[in-house]
Amino acid sequence: MTQPFRIATAGRLGKADPVRFTFDGKSFEGLTGDTLASALLANGVHLVGRSFKYHRPRGMVSAGAEEPNALVGIHRDAARRAPNVRATVQEIYEGLNAVSQNRWPSLSFDIGALNDLASPFFSAGFYYKTFMWPKAAWERVYEPFIRRAAGLGEAPDRPDPDCYANRFAHCDVLVIGGGAAGLSAALAAADTGARVILADEQAETGGALRYETGAMIDGKPGWDWAQAVAADLVSRENVRLLTRTTGFGYYAQNMVGLVERLTDHLASPAQDQPRERLWQVRARRVVLATGAIERHMVFPDNDRPGIMLASAARTYLNHYGVAVGRNVAVYTAEDSAWYAAIDLKRAGVAIAAIVDCRPDPQGPHVEEAQRLGIECLTGHAVNGTGGRLRVSSIKVGPISGGAERSISCDALLTSSGWTPAVHLFSQSRGKLAFDAETQRFLPGQTVQELVSIGACAGSVDLEETVADALKAGHEAAGASGNPPKLSSNSTERWSGGMLGAGEGAGAESTAKAFVDFQNDVTAKDIRQAVREGMRSIEHVKRFTTTGMATDQGKTSNMHGLAIAAEMLDRPIPDVGLTTFRAPYTPVTFGALVGHGKGRLFEPVRRTPMHDWAAAHGAVFEDVGQWKRAWYFPKPGEDMHAAVARECRTVRQSAGIFDATTLGKIEVVGPDAARFMELMYTNPWQKLGVGRCRYGVMLREDGFIYDDGVVGRLAEDRFHVTTTTGGAPRVLNHMEDYLQTEFPDLKVYLTSTSEQWAVIAVQGPKSRDIIAPLVEGIDLSDEAMPHMSVREGMICGVPTRLFRMSFTGERGFEINVPADYGCAVWEAVWAEGEKHGACAYGTETMHVLRAEKGFIIVGQETDGTVTPHDAGLSWAIGKKKTDFVGMRGLMRPDLVAPGRKQLVGLRTRDPKTVLEEGAQIVADPQAPVPVPMLGHVTSSYWSENCGHSIALALVAGGHERMGETLYVPMPDGVIEVEVTSTVFFDEKGERTNG
Amino acid sequence: MADTIARANALEGRFLNDEGITLVRAEPSTRLSLRAPKTAVKSLSKALGLDLPQRPKASTAKDGRVALWLGPDEWLVIDETEADLVGVCASVTAFHSAVEVSHRNTAVLVSGPRCETVLNAGCPQDLSLVAFPVGACSRTVFGKAEIVLWRTGSDAFRVECWRSFSDYVFMLLEQAARDR
Amino acid sequence: MLLIHCPYCQEDRPELEFRHAGEAHIARPENMAEMSDEDFERFFFIRSNPKGIVYERWRHIHGCARFFNAARDTVSDKFLMTYKAGEPKPDLDGEGK
Repeated sequence: MTQPFRIATAGRLGKADPVRFTFDGKSFEGLTGDTLASALLANGVHLVGRSFKYHRPRGMVSAGAEEPNALVGIHRDAARRAPNVRATVQEIYEGLNAVSQNRWPSLSFDIGALNDLASPFFSAGFYYKTFMWPKAAWERVYEPFIRRAAGLGEAPDRPDPDCYANRFAHCDVLVIGGGAAGLSAALAAADTGARVILADEQAETGGALRYETGAMIDGKPGWDWAQAVAADLVSRENVRLLTRTTGFGYYAQNMVGLVERLTDHLASPAQDQPRERLWQVRARRVVLATGAIERHMVFPDNDRPGIMLASAARTYLNHYGVAVGRNVAVYTAEDSAWYAAIDLKRAGVAIAAIVDCRPDPQGPHVEEAQRLGIECLTGHAVNGTGGRLRVSSIKVGPISGGAERSISCDALLTSSGWTPAVHLFSQSRGKLAFDAETQRFLPGQTVQELVSIGACAGSVDLEETVADALKAGHEAAGASGNPPKLSSNSTERWSGGMLGAGEGAGAESTAKAFVDFQNDVTAKDIRQAVREGMRSIEHVKRFTTTGMATDQGKTSNMHGLAIAAEMLDRPIPDVGLTTFRAPYTPVTFGALVGHGKGRLFEPVRRTPMHDWAAAHGAVFEDVGQWKRAWYFPKPGEDMHAAVARECRTVRQSAGIFDATTLGKIEVVGPDAARFMELMYTNPWQKLGVGRCRYGVMLREDGFIYDDGVVGRLAEDRFHVTTTTGGAPRVLNHMEDYLQTEFPDLKVYLTSTSEQWAVIAVQGPKSRDIIAPLVEGIDLSDEAMPHMSVREGMICGVPTRLFRMSFTGERGFEINVPADYGCAVWEAVWAEGEKHGACAYGTETMHVLRAEKGFIIVGQETDGTVTPHDAGLSWAIGKKKTDFVGMRGLMRPDLVAPGRKQLVGLRTRDPKTVLEEGAQIVADPQAPVPVPMLGHVTSSYWSENCGHSIALALVAGGHERMGETLYVPMPDGVIEVEVTSTVFFDEKGERTNG
Repeated sequence: MADTIARANALEGRFLNDEGITLVRAEPSTRLSLRAPKTAVKSLSKALGLDLPQRPKASTAKDGRVALWLGPDEWLVIDETEADLVGVCASVTAFHSAVEVSHRNTAVLVSGPRCETVLNAGCPQDLSLVAFPVGACSRTVFGKAEIVLWRTGSDAFRVECWRSFSDYVFMLLEQAARDR
Repeated sequence: MLLIHCPYCQEDRPELEFRHAGEAHIARPENMAEMSDEDFERFFFIRSNPKGIVYERWRHIHGCARFFNAARDTVSDKFLMTYKAGEPKPDLDGEGK
């Protein structure tokens, strides 16, 4: 028979469709609407995992997000293997494939369970003691062992094929939690017309009304009311109701992170449907209605499968129609657990006994239990349990002393009371206050615009909860007047409870009475931590690992704290409470990454000529976010051959290069030249209109920040170029000075980086190539000398034409509006082909400029290089009284002798190409540590020179011309000679050649 | 030599029409980055034929031309008739900076009932009609790109971004449109 | 993510639009050339980094692009106020030490 523990007359799944799924390869049947936990329980399966440390058999403890034990792997396909999924949260779908974790070879026979026998070895703090000596064993023995043992689930080893979504949202009122309190608050807020978002982590709203059958609201049974309200809210335009959505993090200024699970419950999600959606909600007011979490009782061997929280058993029965056993016992210290026994008994399940450690609990629930003929053992305790893979008996005795008896059972429901879920409140930086009478931490002083209502605020009365919630929702929406009213009452009681270890798990006990199931922390471990000197709960936590891992101690923290406080003989608030941090429950990386993966990981920027370059075989390199053509190999050419050819061609005829990515800034206004004087080392006042100058920009500390060629288009207008990577920060740097230091200057800055496509034509034939295309500009050397700029037309579109050179050849840089870039490039290319020109990429650009000793900021400089170091003293205006960096350049360290200075290097063997970054020494035989003189900044094979060339920063380099230095490498020492930085055309005649 | 070269839009051929959302590239426009102190606003307004807005997030539109307030002394002027905006401002002698940026930006027109939520996949601003009414504009972020957002209707926005970011912006819009 | 009130846009805007720009009210001296090394060190390298109220510069870089100043409490992370660049440093109680 399938689902033997399903009770047809109980629960709400009714005649739902059957769903088939597998657990550890075995096929099962559940119903639509089941969680994996409820479906397994319907089939009588309690054993679902092995504990972390001792590998003890474990079953479901809860029916919700707080679950510490029932963690499984969900394997959709080879790439979709989610570890550590809570079976109590995962909804089943047709074909779901779940596997247990932390066991080998099988769940029922697990070798690791030997750890349980060796448990003295694994006592609290064993990590810190056991793995200390011998030191040598760390790497080879301990670390591999810990790595293998650490963690429960198995992480997937393939890229995540799912997509995830992000949504920023704003609302007037955000309600977290859709139980009686949250729904009431959302309803009252929505009635005012306010924008409301209500989030609930379950598939349906309702919260504890799921199992609290004694609740009546607005004349309806609680659950029916909840569904009616949810339907009403969904229909309203001003309300967004999010189910399967967890409020996981409460951040500054009412920013709350929600994660909505969209497809984990579906059998076959659509291909492009996001798996999860991250909501970043900014709310005017937040209403926290996060409820309370039931605690288990701490007593010897309280962790066997079949031992679970009373509210969980009620949920399985009243919602899913599943009996968690056939002969169920209850062990409690508070009232609400009694209703589990009452509900089960009414559903036809035998109740072995209700054991209540309180001497004389009173109330209608006690009377009802007695009326139903249930054995009620008050003033008694459960001192132990029996059973291997499932609880089979409990040992019960009176607390006052006396004979112990064994009672058979196949499930034991426990409750020691309710812990308000104050996690989000605490994350909001609100102060928690300890209520000594009820032994609970409750929301105290708030620091953000929020209100806590219902069980998370300590309410144990439904009528009070609903009234408070309606008022809170009404007020959170900013409405005046009286809040709406709803009639409500519950026949159930939620009082009583205890913290810490129960009978049989006291100070002298050596029994395993678990506080934290997930980390296998017992009451004894907590006491040991205190004995070994831990005084703060933060230390106890780290020493024992209590409250860590995926459940973050939702069911265990208060017990651990109480045991530590008792040992220390101090009140609970003095021992402290560990900090609540986001996330409340685990959040996938995918949800946090959202859209930002794959092609959307970051913007990929392409120039207008990109497609042309790609079509002509370009290999691209990443320069920041840009794709730049690196080199253009012809068939059969490798990179070396292509670059050598491109270098030759540029110097012999011409080359065409895409320089679009250079940053460009237009500096406009009557004070433009004055501003330029302050931002660059160079003088600008006397630069003629139509002329260009190479500018060097420093930071205030005197180090090179950027460089580039600047053209003066008019008295009050400069066209500034920056390095490709430097464009945004240079504009920011200039804006900073303009807005905050020199606000009186009449000048404005505008980024024109992307307005202009830039086509560099370099080489002796460059003028011949562009001449047929240019209109209205005299290209003769007399009319347009090296380092000048003209405005005119090319190919019928406007251009800013620069005569300049980063190659040392005669050269032009054609700026045209970007949308025309590719067409103009093609026209230039057609002309170039007539002259044997080539297209060249960034690698050839690098080689050609290095042949001329031109620096690249970020390659020859690293934030510690001055213009003097780089051989650019000539670029500093000697008569200037101020510029950014002028004072910095006078600092003692910057004028001291022996600074690293830019030089050229030639290898003794002309064919040897140095490695960039290689260190340079004077004497390779010197004893270690060998003094390092500097390093190679650029190094290439120079086809035009016929030997390798390199630039380097070398201590006192300018004084070392002709000296022999050494570059030690793993396979030998390379001898180099210090030379000038200019390797080709030293006199610079070719710019007019 | 080519007679006239047509503008090559970076988003040529890109289009998406899904339930409740349409993404289409804007027609070529001329654009001006206008910077000016208060003293020049009057004469520039006169030259441009529309009042440069003085209020944050405000825009003024007239006859296919719009001025978007980007900062206290900064406007983005867009002209769909491809008028010569730099030329228009050249007559103004008061200190200002008019810089041609027609080709710097590309624009996507986002429309349909889902346009707010699609944009909120990457834009952190409150885009409800109360906070961002028709005519409102703002420089802001969309995912990892900077954009200028202009609400042209209750269900329509114009998204301006730098040319090389337009591929990213369009792809992110497409991705967001798939999140129904 | 913080909400920051931009004094130029006159509304609260998401932190993603802003960039932090270091300590405020450190004016660049006009007589840079005559500064002693000690004065330059204090001006360029030394920052107060107090616990409590700090005055710092921000730029609404992806908004109106203006630099402005803010007073913020480093303990609570809260902005106490923001104000335009060039306005005097406000006198707030409990200034960080």
